[in-house]
Amino acid sequence: MVENRPFRDFMAYLTLVVGVIVVAFPVYLAIMASTFDAATIINGNMPLIPGDQAAENYSRTLFYGGKAAREPVMGMMINSMIMAMGIALGKILISILSAYAVVYFKFPFRKTAFWVIFITLMLPVEVRIYPTYKIVADLGLLDTYTGLVLPLIASATGTLLFRQFFMTIPDELLEASKIDGAGAFRFFKDTLLPLSMTTIAALFVIQFIYGWNQYLWPLLITTKSSMQTIVIGIKKMITTTDALTEWQIAMTTAVLAMVPPVLVVIFMQRLFVKGLVETEK
Amino acid sequence: MAGVTLDTVRKIYAGNVEAVKGVSLDVEDGSFCVLVGPSGCGKSTLLRMIAGLETISGGDIRIGDRVVNQVEPADRDIAMVFQNYALYPHMSVYDNMAYGLRNRKTPKDEIEKRVKEAARILAIEPFLDRKPRALSGGQRQRVAMGRAIVRKPQVFLFDEPLSNLDAKLRVQMRVEIKRLQKALGVTSIYVTHDQVEAMTLSDKLVVMSGGQIEQVGSPAEVYRRPETRFVATFIGSPPMNILPGKVEGPGRVSVGGQTIAVTDMREGLAPGSAIEVGLRPEDVQAGGAAGSSSLGMDVDFVEELGATQLFHGKVAGTDFVVQASTGQIPAETRKLTLSIDPANVHLFDPQTTKRLGRF
Amino acid sequence: MEKRAHFSGWTLPLLLILPQMAITVIFFYWPASQAIWQSFLREDAFGLASEFVGFENYIDLFKQPEYYRAMITTAIFSTLVAFFSLSVALLLATQADKSLRGGHAFKTLLIWPYAVAPAIAGVLWIFMFHPTLGTLARPIRAVGIDWNPMLNGNHAMILLVLSATWKHISYNFLFFLAGLQAIPKSVIEAGAIDGAGPLRRFWTIIFPLLSPTTFFLLVVTVVYVFFETFGIIDAVTGGGPAGQTTTLVYKVYADGRLGGDLGGSAAQSVILMVIVIALTAIQFRYVERKVQY
Repeated sequence: MVENRPFRDFMAYLTLVVGVIVVAFPVYLAIMASTFDAATIINGNMPLIPGDQAAENYSRTLFYGGKAAREPVMGMMINSMIMAMGIALGKILISILSAYAVVYFKFPFRKTAFWVIFITLMLPVEVRIYPTYKIVADLGLLDTYTGLVLPLIASATGTLLFRQFFMTIPDELLEASKIDGAGAFRFFKDTLLPLSMTTIAALFVIQFIYGWNQYLWPLLITTKSSMQTIVIGIKKMITTTDALTEWQIAMTTAVLAMVPPVLVVIFMQRLFVKGLVETEK
Repeated sequence: MAGVTLDTVRKIYAGNVEAVKGVSLDVEDGSFCVLVGPSGCGKSTLLRMIAGLETISGGDIRIGDRVVNQVEPADRDIAMVFQNYALYPHMSVYDNMAYGLRNRKTPKDEIEKRVKEAARILAIEPFLDRKPRALSGGQRQRVAMGRAIVRKPQVFLFDEPLSNLDAKLRVQMRVEIKRLQKALGVTSIYVTHDQVEAMTLSDKLVVMSGGQIEQVGSPAEVYRRPETRFVATFIGSPPMNILPGKVEGPGRVSVGGQTIAVTDMREGLAPGSAIEVGLRPEDVQAGGAAGSSSLGMDVDFVEELGATQLFHGKVAGTDFVVQASTGQIPAETRKLTLSIDPANVHLFDPQTTKRLGRF
Repeated sequence: MEKRAHFSGWTLPLLLILPQMAITVIFFYWPASQAIWQSFLREDAFGLASEFVGFENYIDLFKQPEYYRAMITTAIFSTLVAFFSLSVALLLATQADKSLRGGHAFKTLLIWPYAVAPAIAGVLWIFMFHPTLGTLARPIRAVGIDWNPMLNGNHAMILLVLSATWKHISYNFLFFLAGLQAIPKSVIEAGAIDGAGPLRRFWTIIFPLLSPTTFFLLVVTVVYVFFETFGIIDAVTGGGPAGQTTTLVYKVYADGRLGGDLGGSAAQSVILMVIVIALTAIQFRYVERKVQY
């Protein structure tokens, strides 16, 4: 429209810039805190420009333990990475297979199977924590990666996403494949899988973030500090009686905990947006 | 090569919807057969049954001497060109054509030979490494044809392959398909709703409606002697005019009190009974001529088509269209006298809609 | 919606669907049914025996003032977070939708907090508003307010609302922006020709057209506050001070873990399940597009 008034554009920019500053400020502060020593932070007058303790803080946080028998954060990051990858890849694998079955085959109880999966949308882990905990404990999976990953990989999200995508693939493609002599396995491998790559990547991005950020579940089932994830680890750093909190280490850990998922969002933004919009729609 | 034979083939969908009601048809080896009809007439379903993409509810389908009712599409030795081409979007043009051969364990050098040969015939050699989305509609169409050709099948099946192309390209591809089919000599069955496409392509024209065959014949036969009112109005453009009339006597009918002579008229029709009189817009002449019957027409408006003009108006209160070469009739004419050649009058039974001609 | 073409046979599809089915049954249906069963049982003091007590766990629950307090806390928390995260996100989205130069960069700069774990978000905000060392707590205390979220329940709630809102703006922003971009330009142009100014166009054309998105986001935000903010609460307040920020979900966790009252915790879980199912049913209008079986 022609009502291009500089003032309105200016206000729009101003709003957005303020928004970005508000959104970024807590993280900026954390990054600053990760560059000072404990004393500077504790006295309550931390400067807003970087200090000179960054190398010391990051190396100490990542590779050495500390007071209160803290584990090196590197180990926690590895645990988080294994959990996030396990959840993301596991979910993709089981959901693409089940979606393939539901969309491309007719078999007894197909609709029942679909509904059994679909209803799980309504049962977040929070409403069934203790019974699930008990099952995992009975299976001897406490303090294992399997126990961290397995209960979180089944959910309707992935199956619905793949089902929705498969529905957009023209029927003629399957018919052409049949005429070209491809069976169920070949069609999946040669046609469906290559075409699903974008959807797979989008789901991966969303599920990686979901897995990395898990809190309640690892909190319950990990008791050994060697199995802690970084999100759990940082919380423990803060609550070991306030006076002992090593804030510079805690904030360094917070920064480290944000790096992988935030990088994923920024560098795979297109896939992230696609995944987010399509899994929730 | 092989012909295709259908013997009272039926398709009944869940809920007792009968999409194909017992169709029998012989498609001779090497011929080009076109199934034409409005959407929902069962032509595509019939084609898909021949391909093995739909199960058949009754009857037999033979390709050559083999009954293929229960044979998987891959084993029927057919190739199909789809309306939306159904090219594999993630494969190159080369791979699209080679895929079916690879699945059949054709030797590599043989695959290469056949794909190159097909690409040469279809003039798509420069695009072999491209993905389908980098091609124009016409080029995709050629790739879809190429995928069919490389297989060297017994039968080509075409499911409205040109309807996604623009008008100009459609005419061009139509000619190429015809030329290609003649050169390869492969039995072809082609489905379309476009009667011009059907007329120009076919050796054997099959007009379908409501899950049944209305008429089978050469395009010329179907045009000259339509067996039902449906065929009469479906084939030919602009469509045949149908006027309500009355039987006057042997070889004579009347429309709105004006009597016209008819050559092809069944004997023994009771005088005074109702009858439908069909006249093609291009078969009537303006101006009275000696020895022919005539009808009066009130002209409403004229449609200019360039070489010809269409005069729209009414004959005895019914809509009527006359086609004439431009300039033959002055455009401002409001009343026309039409002379009717008795050989060009088609008669139909108002109840059964069947042709009331001599046997 | 059904595919026209299928593969035949049923052993293969059953094998394909088996892993998901197995995990779903073991980790979803079994625990959920256990929760329902346990909610009717009461364990003795040593956890050795349990007896069937019918609805007693539920009746006890509704006799507890703490349970009502958790409900009220949850309601206040949800309302505030929903209001702020939706309105701020809508404001930012409308500005970003104005096809400004660099609009895309703003999008990137606004969406990344989605990737921050709730617990981490909580930690960032405690650090900012820590009563003794928080960079932003000092100015508040300087104007004479005795700011202390560790001791003051209202301050603790404010901090929770801020952290939870901060984390959720990005999500709502993204969906509002997508919703705005899906409104055909011609409709807005027609509004302009009909003489509506920019503000009037927003309230009479854009906002009504956006209402399905708004409604959807409202439900999602409420679900988010109910469940995903667990990490924020645990990191920031641990439900305190004195239980003043204990939400329904946090209470399930606290009663089961700290109190060891599994029957009561299970009864709370079942009530939560009913709430989630109700919320999902409301959302169904939007989900049913992809569920047409």
